[in-house]
Amino acid sequence: MKPENETVWSDELAWRCAACDRPLELGQVSVAYMNNSFTTEMPHCPGCGLVLVPEALALGKMAEVERILEDK
Amino acid sequence: MDQTELRQWEQRCIQEEPPECTAACPLHVDVRALNAQLREGRWNDGWQILSRTMPLAGILGRICDAPCETRCKRNAAGGTIRIGALERACVNLAAGGYRIVPLPAKRKAIAVLGSGLSSLTVAWDLARKGYAITLFEPGLQPGAGLAARFPDLLTTDIIRAELAWLEKWGVRFETGQPIHSQAFLSQTLTHFQSIYIGLEAVSSPEWNLDSDPKVFAGGGDPSVIYQAAQGRWAATTMDRTLQKVSLTAGREKEGPFATRLFTSLAGVVAQPAVAMTDAHGGYTADEARAEAGRCLRCECLACVKVCPYLERFGAYPRKYAREIYNNESIVMGTRTANRLINSCSLCGLCETVCPEDFAMQELCLQTRQSMVAKGKMPPSAHEFALEDMAFSQSEAFLLARHAPGLDHSSHLFFPGCQLCASAPGQVAALYDHLRARLGAVGLMLGCCGAPAHWSGRQVESEQILDLWQHQWEALGRPQLLLACSTCYRMFHEHRPQVPIQSVWETLSTVGLPETKCSFAAPLAVHDPCTTRDAPHIQAAARHLLVSLGGTAAELALGREKTECCGFGGLMESANPEIAQAVTRRRALLSSHDYLTYCAMCRDRLAAAGKRAVHLLDLIFPQADTPDPAGRPRPGWSLRRENRARLKAGLLKGPWGESAPGAEEHRRLRLHMAPDVAERLEARRILTEDIRQTIAQAEASGQKLRHPATGRFRAAFRPRQVTFWVEYGPAAEGFEVFNAYCHRMEVGRP
Repeated sequence: MKPENETVWSDELAWRCAACDRPLELGQVSVAYMNNSFTTEMPHCPGCGLVLVPEALALGKMAEVERILEDK
Repeated sequence: MDQTELRQWEQRCIQEEPPECTAACPLHVDVRALNAQLREGRWNDGWQILSRTMPLAGILGRICDAPCETRCKRNAAGGTIRIGALERACVNLAAGGYRIVPLPAKRKAIAVLGSGLSSLTVAWDLARKGYAITLFEPGLQPGAGLAARFPDLLTTDIIRAELAWLEKWGVRFETGQPIHSQAFLSQTLTHFQSIYIGLEAVSSPEWNLDSDPKVFAGGGDPSVIYQAAQGRWAATTMDRTLQKVSLTAGREKEGPFATRLFTSLAGVVAQPAVAMTDAHGGYTADEARAEAGRCLRCECLACVKVCPYLERFGAYPRKYAREIYNNESIVMGTRTANRLINSCSLCGLCETVCPEDFAMQELCLQTRQSMVAKGKMPPSAHEFALEDMAFSQSEAFLLARHAPGLDHSSHLFFPGCQLCASAPGQVAALYDHLRARLGAVGLMLGCCGAPAHWSGRQVESEQILDLWQHQWEALGRPQLLLACSTCYRMFHEHRPQVPIQSVWETLSTVGLPETKCSFAAPLAVHDPCTTRDAPHIQAAARHLLVSLGGTAAELALGREKTECCGFGGLMESANPEIAQAVTRRRALLSSHDYLTYCAMCRDRLAAAGKRAVHLLDLIFPQADTPDPAGRPRPGWSLRRENRARLKAGLLKGPWGESAPGAEEHRRLRLHMAPDVAERLEARRILTEDIRQTIAQAEASGQKLRHPATGRFRAAFRPRQVTFWVEYGPAAEGFEVFNAYCHRMEVGRP
């Protein structure tokens, strides 16, 4: 489940964790919906693990997969 | 839905019934498809359609007497299509030829007597089935009788070319045979398994045909198409007799039959038949194209024509019933009809316009109920609307009281949730007016359970109605006065013991306050779809408009044929795109400003850019809204605030009580540019969701910061949805730049 183009990541990776004051890194996180779970790459804080779900991902691929799982 | 129910649903939709021409044709030629090819000048494709059904189309297509023309629907709009002449033109203009490969030889011999059309058809049909056919002709030339009867249309060459196909499939022609003698017949009976006598060409007083089961006859009709049809029916019987299978099974529609297909002629412009410049030579190519172009291509689609939802899914109810059945039967795999099932507004217009009363709304609603019962309803389909309903059922809005200072109620005003959400000031004014005219009028705020009902959640809608009933009984069972026609229908159908009245009828009786309609031009009345079966409410609304000095204009689809605004059945929740298309189409029906008496209809039309007023805008004009028809639709957040404020205001006002205070985070001040607010409304993100997200991010410190802009981004998951908000500090609060949401739950790495 990746955003359509790589520039999205670079935009999102500019965010920093406010609590840890550290830059975000790309890494595998777990995602779950309707008794299905899988892992995918997303920006997150290497310190506290706070994950950023980018807007393009939430409204694009994620919404699409949500609908597919709801229709299973 | 089981198989039997599916068939009942399918049976009800007549779209796939044959058109009148096909049903009238004894051979059931697909004239509609033929004309569709001819109008485009595709003569060879037309020939394929004609010869698929018609035997010896090179002959019969030129001389067919076209009994179909008497039943052509075009007759009522300029004159019947000249189908016989079109067949002739098609045969003349096409290359001809047949792509028929006979079945393997059956080693059964059949004798055919005579070479009229019924005999030739028997030979044609049975040769293709693999029978060894011998055709006995008393004359010297088979088919000579046909050439003699139609000298202008048939030539010896034409007949010879068609008979050559029979020969190619193994038919033997024996000419100059003494077929009229009993000796010939007796001899033939010993050599052949079956005999067919074509009475249009041969007969003999010498034959003794007393119930010999091997002898068949037909063709005694003067009509050539009936001669061919009788040959076909005889061939079917002979084949089945020899095969020892049922003679009757599946033959109910052999020959002309009545079709149930309905075709509306509304809007069809009358056009006379295309004239033939050369009556002897028949239609030219151009003339034939023009004449075929007059074909109405009969079909029903009465419901699809008036419903953007039915149109959008690309088919018609018969097909939808099958898709819905398949959707329900799936054990593993994707349920592709979920959107179809959940997008219907349940408005019932299809049933009103359908000649057979196909009720798509019933099919969709009962399927939703079954999906909910099986746990197969997609959670996101109706969630937002159900959350809004839950708000109406929360302490923020629920209220049930006798009128201030009274301990009994003769009447009970139930304004419904969305009128309060849209126009709380007018609800309060109407309540004052009702008390002034009727006295002991109690008030109940809450929801009637319609959203739960529409979403297929029967248990929840019953719970809401039970709670409502409990409170109504506690108030002494007063007569219920309803401002919302959806509530009216809910109580009418689910609590028939409750005495109900539309408040528009009440006002017609008790009278209006001293006001005058400020609209000089007529207002086009948009009846809410839930009044479809309640003409008395529709009449009351018009009566009130006239009493106020206004003028009503009628929409093309009004009263019992009114259309949904796009909210009904939670269409707007499950499929916002179709809902928007529905609203826009409705808005375009008239250039007049609209008058309606449902808050949801008013607000949806307003959101689509249509100037629209609610009856209450005319009865209780608000000083702060000089142009009520141009009032924007209140967003979902404001709709909640309005409900909460109405309750608090009524408690403070008429009842003189104090209202509960707002929670801490509600005091957080938010700033939002108009385009941001609009985007969040479309994404169904409430101000309340944003406040909660920011409040918990600020309290916990769990947020992201953008070094270049200094903005924050934070997430919060109060229920099955995660909200993301991008914000920054602003004067006495926060500025919101963006928000979005997703339903998936994201864990930590």
